[in-house]
Amino acid sequence: MSSGVLAPRRPDLRPDRVRFAQSLRAEWVKFRTVRGWVIAMVVAILITVFLGIFAAGNVNIGCQNGPNGPVLTGKACTPKYPIGPGGEAVSDSYYFVRQPLAGNGSITVRVAALTGLHGGGGRIATGQSPLAGMTTGVVPWAKAGLILTSSTRLGSPYAAMMVTGAHGVRMQYNYTHDTAGLPGSVTAGSPRWLRVTRSGDRISGYDSADGRHWTLVGTARLTGLPTTVQAGLFATSPIYTVSTPGAIGSTNQSGPSQATAVFDDVSLRGSWPARTWTGDNVGNGPASAGTGFGYFRRSGAAVTVSGSGDIAPLVAGPAAASPTSTFEQPLAGLFAGLIAVVVVAAMFFTTEYRRGLIRTTLAADPRRGRVLAAKAVVCGAVAFVVGLVAAVIAISIGLPRQRNQGSYVLPVTTVTEVRVIVGTAALVALAAVLAVAAGAILRRSAAAVTAVIVAIVLPFLLAATVLPVSAGAWLLRLTPAAGFAIEQSIPNYPQVSNVLSPAQGSYPLPPWGGFAVLCAWVAVALATAYVLLRRRDA
Amino acid sequence: MSHAPALRYPIWTGGRDVLRAEWTKLATVTGPAWLLAAVVGLSVAVSAAADAVTRCPTGITCSVDTVKLSLTGILLGQAVVAILAVLPVCNEYSTGMIRVTLAAMPRRPMVLAAKASVVTGLVLVAGIFAVLGSLVTGLLILPGHGFTAVRGFAQLSLTYGPTLRAAIGSVLYLGLIALLSIGIAAIVRDAAVSIGLALGVLYVFPVLTAFIGNQTWHDRIVRYTPMAGLNVQATTGLRSLAIGPWGGLGVLAVWALAALLAGGLLLRLRDA
Repeated sequence: MSSGVLAPRRPDLRPDRVRFAQSLRAEWVKFRTVRGWVIAMVVAILITVFLGIFAAGNVNIGCQNGPNGPVLTGKACTPKYPIGPGGEAVSDSYYFVRQPLAGNGSITVRVAALTGLHGGGGRIATGQSPLAGMTTGVVPWAKAGLILTSSTRLGSPYAAMMVTGAHGVRMQYNYTHDTAGLPGSVTAGSPRWLRVTRSGDRISGYDSADGRHWTLVGTARLTGLPTTVQAGLFATSPIYTVSTPGAIGSTNQSGPSQATAVFDDVSLRGSWPARTWTGDNVGNGPASAGTGFGYFRRSGAAVTVSGSGDIAPLVAGPAAASPTSTFEQPLAGLFAGLIAVVVVAAMFFTTEYRRGLIRTTLAADPRRGRVLAAKAVVCGAVAFVVGLVAAVIAISIGLPRQRNQGSYVLPVTTVTEVRVIVGTAALVALAAVLAVAAGAILRRSAAAVTAVIVAIVLPFLLAATVLPVSAGAWLLRLTPAAGFAIEQSIPNYPQVSNVLSPAQGSYPLPPWGGFAVLCAWVAVALATAYVLLRRRDA
Repeated sequence: MSHAPALRYPIWTGGRDVLRAEWTKLATVTGPAWLLAAVVGLSVAVSAAADAVTRCPTGITCSVDTVKLSLTGILLGQAVVAILAVLPVCNEYSTGMIRVTLAAMPRRPMVLAAKASVVTGLVLVAGIFAVLGSLVTGLLILPGHGFTAVRGFAQLSLTYGPTLRAAIGSVLYLGLIALLSIGIAAIVRDAAVSIGLALGVLYVFPVLTAFIGNQTWHDRIVRYTPMAGLNVQATTGLRSLAIGPWGGLGVLAVWALAALLAGGLLLRLRDA
């Protein structure tokens, strides 16, 4: 305008990005000058932090050091878990019948039977053997077969071929990897042959239904494997968990279990210098307590191996043997903070209609899509910052508090930590944009606020408390509440029986998948808002 | 302020007129009718969906409270009730109507009482349909999903004491949610903030109880927050509840009353 002599430019001829910057600035001024909204954003942070720390860190953990030892509480009770090659906490306990294998070689075996015992979840009286009163039955993820591991140190790299209770033959390695082989259970009529071969740092697993025709199930590359490894037969059986839909959500019962496998026709190739089998209880599962859970017996060509525990990644929830918590647990208060953000975001549009300001706004910038975009960007950015600050504070106060109380926080990689925190901020931002769009569509603040809160919070509530897990999972796949999946730090491992409830931090969709569902909802809402905003009189 | 008029006229003077006025305000706009229909429709739809997805496979002992399950939709219905209750109060402020209303009826608590009576009356009527409709979905769907008399799940019937209690209690629950929301609206005056607070109170505590690890605090939240009112839907496992059915509804009633009293007091003290 200062160079008006040369170019008397009309405002609407200025480039779009300049106009958009102006709209952004206008909307930002509208936002920051309403004191109530700014206070609401601070309240959103405080309430998220307070409720999150309150809900996640408020546990009483007690333990006893030996049957007659002092009763301890808090940090002294924090269990120690081995860390697997991928950096995740793992359970590594099984009964191992082993021999050293020097260099390359292979081991082949026939599994003739797999049987098991499990508890019904009832408590075992002190001094009574845990095996007493158990019922016959193999738990779905009972495992027995061949394992090749760098050492018996807990958390060491391994590869294993196994038969399972209900998931057929599997090849698993390094705790988190799982590949399916032949389906079906082992019975007298259908035994299974398993083979593991080592060639350098490549371990291959084969299975066969007749001992003649072999199929390669998978190949694992275990980097840094020593020349001499430990290989042999193993058996283990995880904690038995039953979940029954109950009056208030689901009730979970759990107890130890035992798997017993009968092997024969063990044949070894390569250099096995020890020439004799050694039996070991690996890990600190129930078997180590000398309760009769883990043993091996030889009679002729047959070897019976019995064990209890699991070789798998550690998860939170009922399947965990002792109190574990997740990195994202201090974010439980986010629901309350979200409601405050949604209220302000919806009002950001609806008050324009109530006060008639919308006519001024549209006179100043007749491109209605640009007004909608500017409002969405400003509100989304503010909400992102609110979410980020709330998440960082909640986690940095909440996690040390959980640790001090004796809860084991399952370790995750830095990438995952960043994803959880930034994802939470993005989740709050998307919820705010959804509320802006709902405000533009419905024009009435009460309706817009209710629609967004009901769409985001109610599905979670129904899935976490009322509905059976499978039905709740569909709600968390289809509704905007799917976006909470971005907070899940420990994946749902199919090879671990667990209750996949959102209250335990498990969502049916992978983190980015769930986030994409929320993004799709926001996109649809914005598109609808755009069309209606253009079509309707303001 | 002079107390003279209060001595000369009984407190309910003009009560009929103010009730009629509030009724006219609600009955002559289309919003409340739609919202009442939504309370019934959404409650029944969600209840039916919850019944449809819950099964009791043979060979498993199910401990499902079939009555409570059939009343799942009340969890959504209450959100619509909150809108229905908040709007008549907040719209008075946003449109400036409140000044006309108070000029016509200077006894301010009376205005709030009349609003509360009319709205709650309508919500109770809608609540009866919502609850009966929800229970009918259970009656029609659940026996086909393994919840049969042979396996210990009697047919849903209002002649059974606990079921009747859950049904009546759920209707009253919706009425109390209306009163609570009206109280919040009278305190806050703004529709968006009121509805946010009301829904926050209704939904955040149940979500929190799903996360919380400490049983003592879990029970305290269930016992002392408005979510206690939901316990009135329970018909089985009453001993494991943190608070009994009627006791829970009583806690909600205390909350609703406290909100209404605070709203009434603020209405008297503040300029409109």
